[in-house]
Amino acid sequence: MSEKILLEMNHIRKEFPGVLALKDVSLQVQAGEVHALLGENGAGKSTLIKILGGIYSSDAGEIVIDGSVVTINSVQDAQKFGISVIHQELVLVPHMTVAENIYLGREPLKAGRFVDFKKMNDDAKQLLDSFELDIRPDEEISELTIAQQQMVEIIKALSFHAKILVMDEPTSSLSEKDVDFLFENIRKLKKAQVGIIYISHRMSELKQIADKITVIRDGEYIGTRQTHATTNDELITMMVGRQLTNYYTRTFGNPTTKVLEVKHLNAGKLLKDISFHLFSGEILGFAGLVGAGRSEVMKCIFGIDAFESGEILINGEPVVVKNPDDAMKRGIALVPESRKREALFMDQSVTYNITIKALGEFIHGIHVDNARETEITKEYVDMMEIKTPTYKQVVGNLSGGNQQKVVIGRWLATKPKILILDEPTRGVDVGAKAEIYSIMNELVKNGVAIIMISSELPEVINMSDRVVVMSNGKITGCLSREGLTQEKIMHHATQFVTT
Amino acid sequence: MKKLQAKNNPLYNFGRENLGILIGLLLLCVILTIFSPVFLSKNNILNVLRQVATNLYIACAMTMVIILGGIDLSVGSTIALSGVVTGGMIAFDGHSLVVAVIAGLLVGVAVGAFNGFLISKTTIPPFIVTLSTMNIARGASYVYTGGQPIRVMSDSFNFIGSGYVGEIPMPIIYLVIIVIISVLIMSKSRLGRHIYAVGGNPTAARFSGINNSRVLFFAYLFSGLMAAIAGVVLASRMFSGQPTAGQGAEMDAIAAVVLGGTSMSGGVGKIGGTVIGALIIGVLSNGLNLLGINSFWQYIVKGVVILIAVYVDFLKKGKKSN
Repeated sequence: MSEKILLEMNHIRKEFPGVLALKDVSLQVQAGEVHALLGENGAGKSTLIKILGGIYSSDAGEIVIDGSVVTINSVQDAQKFGISVIHQELVLVPHMTVAENIYLGREPLKAGRFVDFKKMNDDAKQLLDSFELDIRPDEEISELTIAQQQMVEIIKALSFHAKILVMDEPTSSLSEKDVDFLFENIRKLKKAQVGIIYISHRMSELKQIADKITVIRDGEYIGTRQTHATTNDELITMMVGRQLTNYYTRTFGNPTTKVLEVKHLNAGKLLKDISFHLFSGEILGFAGLVGAGRSEVMKCIFGIDAFESGEILINGEPVVVKNPDDAMKRGIALVPESRKREALFMDQSVTYNITIKALGEFIHGIHVDNARETEITKEYVDMMEIKTPTYKQVVGNLSGGNQQKVVIGRWLATKPKILILDEPTRGVDVGAKAEIYSIMNELVKNGVAIIMISSELPEVINMSDRVVVMSNGKITGCLSREGLTQEKIMHHATQFVTT
Repeated sequence: MKKLQAKNNPLYNFGRENLGILIGLLLLCVILTIFSPVFLSKNNILNVLRQVATNLYIACAMTMVIILGGIDLSVGSTIALSGVVTGGMIAFDGHSLVVAVIAGLLVGVAVGAFNGFLISKTTIPPFIVTLSTMNIARGASYVYTGGQPIRVMSDSFNFIGSGYVGEIPMPIIYLVIIVIISVLIMSKSRLGRHIYAVGGNPTAARFSGINNSRVLFFAYLFSGLMAAIAGVVLASRMFSGQPTAGQGAEMDAIAAVVLGGTSMSGGVGKIGGTVIGALIIGVLSNGLNLLGINSFWQYIVKGVVILIAVYVDFLKKGKKSN
């Protein structure tokens, strides 16, 4: 790694009407290093990135690139200075080819008039080859995997001669194999002396990929550490501002009452002979790689997807769950994997989102009991410790952690006996995570049975009574809490994986 | 505490949410009052409301359909079809008025049910489905009548659309009932909340145990029924079922909905806004008539006003999201 400092952001300050988003934040990135930016949701990471990317302008402070002070007033300015931002949501055009996407808006021209497709494809191929990617320039984006699409984004960014690359949670929708693929390519970028600012909530990843970690909290610079010279505990303390002594809250009981049993469930190619049971008062972890079929099992139980054969028993009685409404009446709740896509009504209020499943409690015909509506909202906002200025606040304006709590609150309002949580802490900051764990613990203490699908192994290990591991549509192991290790789970999770 | 009460006051909310177009409507009325002495007269105001009425029946249902992320292009043709069927039942077949009106309304319900069935059970876009039924219903009206208006000389039939209770014209009475029902559905019932849910995020709605198909089916059914009511009322006012009735009515309804601030991408919108939107369109064409501006120009003015209103709304929302 060279010692050359590529980018300095010094004492950046940014105020929005009523909110001081950044008080005094500094960041230094060297050429050829991966510099992680860590902080809870709302800490000011995105604001800082948007200032660098030319979307916002700062109120005070300076940006220094290659030793000279620059002003960035627009996205074009940022590109001119070699800064490229890859956003969390990919912004590629799905039905255009890889090459067309890379050169979108600046296609090479023939005779000054017509798009020179040959040159465009050749140039794109050269870029793709330099990363040894198995992607053809004339492939349609929609045919690529998410990881491949991400690489196209990165290549597009580099084709602007980017020296500084910002990646905002690039792994949030990648499977573990794809993460490895991405990291491999990030290492190639490092060799090419690109400076990378890397935003992620996943601590384990930072250990693998980041050279340095800068923590910000509430718009303030907290500190920068060398990755090899710090610990997760130190980082969490820096992020949260207090020591999280009991990050994972769990009091284990001795559950013996079976509330749910699934026998020999089969659904097409996705699920093969799935059998397991669930006790009341336990957390049953579901581990496995992305695409192992964990969410699909839950969708069958919840009546969203149909299955071909097999049996579901609730409290020992065989049942047929026709649809989610039916599942709810039987005491099952499902907090789905993607809160944005599958759970939230972004334009609607906190109240609306929490009470949508409990309407029967306060709407009778056309009579709305507003007091009862507020009461229910208050109960779950308080219980979940949702931070919102008012109950009328539009959910889209809340942070990821608070949105997730709204979804969980909605389902708790149906008073479930069996609660299925699919990736309950994805994209949620540490503070909110700890709160969600403690709520889960309270629920199982009161006899609720929880199924928790999670790709975060430390969470699975620390929160579960037992862990079911799935691989390629089959259950490959049911492990008890004693002697559970990440290696043990991964061993079961990678069975039958052929590709 | 006082502030909280104000926030829960529906009238206050109505005013706050629709401030822009309310000011626009008010301004329009003030200008017309200045330039035309007739504008504020009781007769003229009742006249405006009567003209607005049939558009608003449809627009109320259209609001629900658009909040659901859909569109119903077939309402104009349904107006014609239900009008000619009602007229035909009386003039051709000698049925009683009650039977004829019920038949006319059922025709609308049938068109709505057909739309609703296809849209809720298949993935054919609402635009295509209702574009087809728009043509089918229009064609059926021509076939049924042979292209000629069906004249109905019956005072009791004429009363439906042209009668009065006291000084209030009948169409306004239906209007009040329909608006009240629509507002109650959207703001007070579970169905209303489900409409916002399915329109805002269909996947989340399904995962929350909402029966999306049933919600969609209802909205298009309601839309068909409202178009049929408009059809019967218009036929009654014209003493005849006309196969050309209601041409372009779907566009006026959509314009009212959009003026009222409902998002074409679904999930957001209010009946109250649509009411004001329809009033703006009604007052505008009434005013232009009073001022003696010819009807060719009226189209242009209407188009410009819609653009301006939606542009102002866009500016307002743009500011919010930044």
